[in-house]
Amino acid sequence: MASVHGALLDLKRLDRLAGGDTVLHRLDPRAKVLATLIFILCVVSFGRYELSALVPFLIYPAVLIAIGRLPAGYLASRVFLVFPFVVAVGIFNPFLDREVLFRLGDIGVTGGWISFASIMLRTALTVAAALTLTALTGFVPICRALVGLGMPKVFAMQLLFLYRYLFVLADEGGRAARAREMRSFGGKGRGLASYAPLLGHLLLRTWQRAERTHMAMLARGYNGMLPAAESRRPGLSDFLFILFWGGLLITLRLCNLPRLLGALVTGTLS
Amino acid sequence: MSHHIIEIEHLRHVYPDGTEALHDVTFSVTHGESVAVIGANGAGKSTLLAHLNGHLLSESGEVRIGHVPVSRASLDQVRRTVGMVFQDPDDQLFMPTVREDVAFGPMNLGITGEELKRCVADALCRVDAEHLAEKAPYHLSAGEKRRVAIATVLSMSPNVLVMDEPTNGLDPYARRQLIGLLKDFRHSKIITSHDLDMVLEVCERTIVLSGGAVRADGPTREIFRDERLLRECRLEKPLSMQGCPVCGG
Repeated sequence: MASVHGALLDLKRLDRLAGGDTVLHRLDPRAKVLATLIFILCVVSFGRYELSALVPFLIYPAVLIAIGRLPAGYLASRVFLVFPFVVAVGIFNPFLDREVLFRLGDIGVTGGWISFASIMLRTALTVAAALTLTALTGFVPICRALVGLGMPKVFAMQLLFLYRYLFVLADEGGRAARAREMRSFGGKGRGLASYAPLLGHLLLRTWQRAERTHMAMLARGYNGMLPAAESRRPGLSDFLFILFWGGLLITLRLCNLPRLLGALVTGTLS
Repeated sequence: MSHHIIEIEHLRHVYPDGTEALHDVTFSVTHGESVAVIGANGAGKSTLLAHLNGHLLSESGEVRIGHVPVSRASLDQVRRTVGMVFQDPDDQLFMPTVREDVAFGPMNLGITGEELKRCVADALCRVDAEHLAEKAPYHLSAGEKRRVAIATVLSMSPNVLVMDEPTNGLDPYARRQLIGLLKDFRHSKIITSHDLDMVLEVCERTIVLSGGAVRADGPTREIFRDERLLRECRLEKPLSMQGCPVCGG
């Protein structure tokens, strides 16, 4: 539970970063969400042996982090947190796909290793982009932007409530777990057997809280839909942002820049 | 006709498991009155409050707010008239920022634009929380949460304020601040609490619930002087009415 608590404190830190005041923070959330969606689509749509063409995409998170004055080290450490999961997903590729694609000196590099590296790089890119987006915009404005871009309101409501009560639930769970720990004196307590009722109680408490919250909402005239936030008109800078990144990312997707550069260099050398 | 009058007549409530939480409760609260409802744990305070804004509807007996019986048909009007502040502010603050939370009620009432802004600013100003407007509820301290929770209700300009344990979990300073705030409100107020010293300061009238029934109803000071009554209802004289523990004076 302690780690869950730590993760939540982390979420709060991301949230605080979104309170910054740079050009990027001030952009319309919709513009940022759209640019990030284009980025993710471009990155995941490459073939599975693609590696070199992915590298230039690092420019998107890198530039946003620099201009948005975000703590790069902190965001990078968050990206590394997902790697164990990715390794679990991709680790079988090198064993299943043994076809040698090219040779580096005496070592034959198989398709499996290439696709494994590609998966890692893609994950790093997409997670970095998503974290950067959150740190520049904040979770709630992102939800609103998604509604503005056509996501059904019910989903947005679910996400907002999830985000709001995540902290409350983690607090409650953390307290219960600590209480259990303090009475198990370094041992296992009664192991899993004591966790089951703990979780059950947590569920029941959540249920009761949901009921009280619903009561509080009804008491203030809730009629099935959260009122929409006042929307603002996207400005020139928002359009320029989309145009610039949309153009650049799609160009990078369509032509392999490192290969072009390579060809150019080897061309002039020969 | 005054919207501020609350009348409860022969109210009885039985929970599905057979527990009789309220038994023939009758009283009324008039315009501008400040009434405390006190009683031991399980005396029926929360059940009573749940009837005041129509969360529970009376099965037997009647609750009237401003002469209108609380029923499914009058729910909207009742909820507009009675502002309810919950015991746990976390239940009440569900929107992403304080400003949106305070605006939630008025927006549902159809208020928009400049009027909405003024309404929100006003409510926040009255609880001294303008500086918290852009914060997220989970970044607030307990005292701040409580004040904001009150603002979310004030923004709907209710005629009656109903509060469940308003001083629960506050530090002495935040509690003092809240008491000052409550004394300032000109609304009719119904407050449940175990903080009897606060009751003594804020409410001129007190109703004692015991086992789901009204055991006593009268001026707060008189009730708190009746030691036998308090003992029988599992209550105790407020500290400020007890002698000094050091000198006995």
